[in-house]
Amino acid sequence: MPEPLAASSRSRPSPVRFRGRSFMALVLAPRAPLETWLAQIDSTLERSPGFFTGRAIILDISALQIDRNELAGLIRDLHARDVRILGIEGADSAHLSMGLPPPLTGGRPGGFIDVHDVPRAPPPPPPAAAQSNLLIDGSVRSGQSILHLEGDVTVLGSVASGSEIVCSGSIHVYGALRGRAIAGSTGNAQARIFCRKHEAELLAIDGLYRTADDLGPEHRGSPIQVSLEGDTLIVKPLD
Amino acid sequence: MAKVLVVTSGKGGVGKTTSTAALGAALAQAGEKVVVVDFDVGLRNLDLVMGAERRVVFDFINVIQGEAKLQQALIRDKRLDTLCLLPASQTRDKDALTEAGVARILAELREKFDWVICDSPAGIERGAALAMRHADVAVVVTNPEVSSVRDSDRIIGLLDSKTERAERGERMEKHLLLTRYDPIRAERGEMLKIDDVLEILSIPLLGIVPESEEVLRASNVGSPVTLNSPVSAPARAYMDAARRLKGEALDIVVPKDRKSLLGKLFGRRAA
Repeated sequence: MPEPLAASSRSRPSPVRFRGRSFMALVLAPRAPLETWLAQIDSTLERSPGFFTGRAIILDISALQIDRNELAGLIRDLHARDVRILGIEGADSAHLSMGLPPPLTGGRPGGFIDVHDVPRAPPPPPPAAAQSNLLIDGSVRSGQSILHLEGDVTVLGSVASGSEIVCSGSIHVYGALRGRAIAGSTGNAQARIFCRKHEAELLAIDGLYRTADDLGPEHRGSPIQVSLEGDTLIVKPLD
Repeated sequence: MAKVLVVTSGKGGVGKTTSTAALGAALAQAGEKVVVVDFDVGLRNLDLVMGAERRVVFDFINVIQGEAKLQQALIRDKRLDTLCLLPASQTRDKDALTEAGVARILAELREKFDWVICDSPAGIERGAALAMRHADVAVVVTNPEVSSVRDSDRIIGLLDSKTERAERGERMEKHLLLTRYDPIRAERGEMLKIDDVLEILSIPLLGIVPESEEVLRASNVGSPVTLNSPVSAPARAYMDAARRLKGEALDIVVPKDRKSLLGKLFGRRAA
């Protein structure tokens, strides 16, 4: 008979870590009428057979007015042509049930790519991001999401409840931190979070996070620094 | 030079329409030419608070769609001849507002009036976005209560990013109007402190309007509270706020509980 887990056992399974990573992807943006557009895909395949093989493609349907069934049909048609869809932009997420590619938002434009320019090799890796720090002279308002994957972020004002800072480096807040601070998001366990007044909703370093509830009332309202030691987020008073 | 002022909040029910009417009437009483514009298409209230609901023939949407001229839709107030109202449509919805239409009408209104006060609907969608788009000055109406404060913070973020002024790199003048302030609850610690609200929102305080039955009475008779009961505490707060909008540097008065000692001892209202 297997031993039941001891009720007083305080060991928890290792937490799941989330990392941020950016990829370059090719985007296909179909236009109505779909039959004409699919014919263009077919002619591309005639000129460069296997062009789509092994490539992950993102489908941008914001120029189309189609319903759930037509979308599923389009994806089937594309699969039949060996076009594998990684995600869908510009769709109503209600239309994307399990089994269909997930919705994507927030893509940054990377310019147009002509078929004959692209070699059959996979697309080139994204250029190595230059290290640069972002300075926000003012406050981050509720609902704003600051994404900076090239270095540290420093905020001279406060970070409001319901806002977030996601960066690859460390986060420095010279006012009150009332929102979320997500540091080291691209896999940097050395990143830290500093703030003058801790009222944070969520703190995370390198994918490991603690919510306000987890953090408890200790240090709230005071200056803190947050670092990662092994798999634990440590909160220490600043000065 | 005409000023376009938007009265906005994010949160619903905090006192935008009341404040639009009260500030509009206060400015008009001081001799300014004022038009108050209702941007809440489909759920219009400004016409009720101004007492003009039985005189609405054409509305904002009719003018946008070219079905009426602006002059036909404007309703002059019966009590103050420098005060006009541009009502919203009740039968349509926010999708009927177009950016180009709103821009055109606000430009026309700028030529006829000193102050164009836009009563924004609640929320952050199209109606609220268009109400703030062309503003020069914003009055952010907030109750000293956590949800209202967070929603106001969101709105301030939008004022600094999704308006013409922000897109041109210019600063938008923003003012905080704290409404429905209850001195008794503040004393008991049941409402957010004024200083806490100011610390979170960090915009200059335009005024503190106390919670009062006068506001409900005024809207029921269809009159802005500054006209209906000018000596009441909220009316005086609004009139001071209007003076501050015009540039006067008045000290802010924090409303106090003015009950007598007996009133405090036997504090419960009669059933």
